[in-house]
Amino acid sequence: MVAEAARLGSARRASSGGVVSAVSERSVEVNGRPCRVWEKGDGPLLGVLLGAPGALEWSPFLERLSAERRVVVPSIPGFPGGLGHDRIDGHVDWIAATLDLLEAAGVAGADLVGTSVGATLSMEAAIFAPGLVRRLALVAPFGLWEDSEPVTDAWAVRPGDVSLLSAAPEKLAAAMAVPEGGDPIEHQVMLLRASETAARLLWPTTDTGVAKRLHRLRNETLILWGSEDRLIPASYAKRFANAISGPTIVRSIEGAGHAAWFDAPEAVADAILEFLR
Amino acid sequence: MKLCWFHLMPYTDLPDDFREKHPGVWVDIDSGLLDPAFVHTIYNDFMDELEHAAEQGFDGICVNEHHSNGYGLMPSPNLIASTLARRTRDAAIVVMGNSLALYNPPTRIAEEMAMLDCISGGRLVAGFPVGTPMDTCYAYGQNPSTLRDRYYEAHDLIMKAWTSREPFTWNGRFNKQRYVNVWPRPIQKPHPPIWIPGGGSVETWRWCAEMDYVYAYLSYFGYKRGLATMQGFWNEMDELGKDRNPFRAGFLQFVGVADTREEAMKLYREPAEYFYGRCLHIDPRFAAPPGYTTEASVRARVRSMVSQAAGAGGGPAIAQDFDQIVEQGYVVIGSPDEVADQLRTVATSLNVGQLMLLLQFGNMSKELTMHNSELFASKVMPQLQGLFEDEWENEWWPKPLASGRRAEPRPVAS
Repeated sequence: MVAEAARLGSARRASSGGVVSAVSERSVEVNGRPCRVWEKGDGPLLGVLLGAPGALEWSPFLERLSAERRVVVPSIPGFPGGLGHDRIDGHVDWIAATLDLLEAAGVAGADLVGTSVGATLSMEAAIFAPGLVRRLALVAPFGLWEDSEPVTDAWAVRPGDVSLLSAAPEKLAAAMAVPEGGDPIEHQVMLLRASETAARLLWPTTDTGVAKRLHRLRNETLILWGSEDRLIPASYAKRFANAISGPTIVRSIEGAGHAAWFDAPEAVADAILEFLR
Repeated sequence: MKLCWFHLMPYTDLPDDFREKHPGVWVDIDSGLLDPAFVHTIYNDFMDELEHAAEQGFDGICVNEHHSNGYGLMPSPNLIASTLARRTRDAAIVVMGNSLALYNPPTRIAEEMAMLDCISGGRLVAGFPVGTPMDTCYAYGQNPSTLRDRYYEAHDLIMKAWTSREPFTWNGRFNKQRYVNVWPRPIQKPHPPIWIPGGGSVETWRWCAEMDYVYAYLSYFGYKRGLATMQGFWNEMDELGKDRNPFRAGFLQFVGVADTREEAMKLYREPAEYFYGRCLHIDPRFAAPPGYTTEASVRARVRSMVSQAAGAGGGPAIAQDFDQIVEQGYVVIGSPDEVADQLRTVATSLNVGQLMLLLQFGNMSKELTMHNSELFASKVMPQLQGLFEDEWENEWWPKPLASGRRAEPRPVAS
């Protein structure tokens, strides 16, 4: 059962200047474990599922989206703000957990943005519960595999190396550093848990078998991909688009890496807002 | 105490510039370096060395499992163990062991180990490792996030398969098998002794205590670095109200014996530097898949100096120069008396009754290996045998059939 416990949250710091007010925080339960939900902004509802490494802060990307939309950011179990990845064993469990999370966060029927692992789960939500998702914006989803252009092994990296994730790895590493006053041990555990969660869903090749299901994705879909993605070749954008049944637009985010919403927050947010207008 | 002879079966012809030219010895090691005809030779040398050790009177001979690994040519230790079971008489066959989560269904391990116990007449020690990240998660593609849960479930399935009188259905979280009914069953009842090779995780110590299994700390870095871990283990046993029976614990130690220390320094320099320089050239990209280490162990590792000393990736850099290797205790060398003294210190300071000895390491030749074994067996072993045995019973040692009931393998015709 999914329960909801509303809780007024405090303001979060913005990463690029100025204090951001009125980000509310509440907690919902998925599989009996808590998942944080952030919310800010006015306008039509927009759900956002963030992957790799998840929602560490109310970021410039979220801030930009919230200028036009009421943005709701549920934390995926196991990603920062969410627990319970260890109760999820297989792909069917993951899909059910995602549907539970979207319903509990109150974004059923809304437009949905997913990034990286979040995009992988957003696609599945739209495939299995078409009424749950209106329009879909995906940033670099995992799930397909081509022998001729394999996805890079995201987990065969030296500890702390985020260069596969971002075209500006130093900047990303700084954003992932322990926040002022934070517990360094728990922060490290949280980041490791996020990486483990992605592994739990995608190990070892990141092929989720979605190729056999993409024809059931009939939503209007926007696919964004960083031109410098070192994890998943940018050509995968077309592969997804060709397999999705709904009207699909592909746009490249020039100069951005896999975490394009981090590397180029304005460009990604603006492309999404334009698609949704 | 028990003295077991352990073989890793390293590829002995990695090039001199291996460290400089290759990213690592494991997972993505260059297959162009491997000559199968040469492997034919060294496999047979290695099995000769194990059989020779058994003839020399070592209590047990040990094999283990690695995958895609230039220092461990035993993807299937059970294959090697089966030939040893035929060609040895009394030594325990210590399989250290089978990585439980890698087999589908894990019943396969229950079957093969039961076969080994039957072929050997009840001489099997069943080692149940989780397996290293390189072996399990990268070479074998197991999900690090579910590896430990799969391991524990596989363990429960195997134990039930060995001990259940009736066929049963296993409807587990990861394994579903309508009919489990292994033939043959182990000779040893209720099952062969279980040894758990592990690192320095408190959870593993507690589990060994709960299940009454041997905890075997298989470190390549010798007794000086192993001390903190074994002290942690024994402190945990105290906490749990378990006795300090040294046979609860196993430890791995490299050893080189010669007539004098000077000679030992000459003889064992090259193979030791080969092992620590080339064989342990492990690409750190493959060392820490997320979820392999539990969150509790991650917290403990950061907080505790004990765990830092024991954990993968923690602690000081690996010494590669022989003088440092000896100084830091990775390899115990010297005359027979000096080695016996040091090993007595190892056994008593770590309180370890099941000592596993690497008398072949790196690119050590068969001739030197057998020399090492013979000197050890004739001059060191007599000084160590009997240690702990007046005071403690070894409840974790095989109980084979009486010799009169054991089959006599047909001699090999030339």
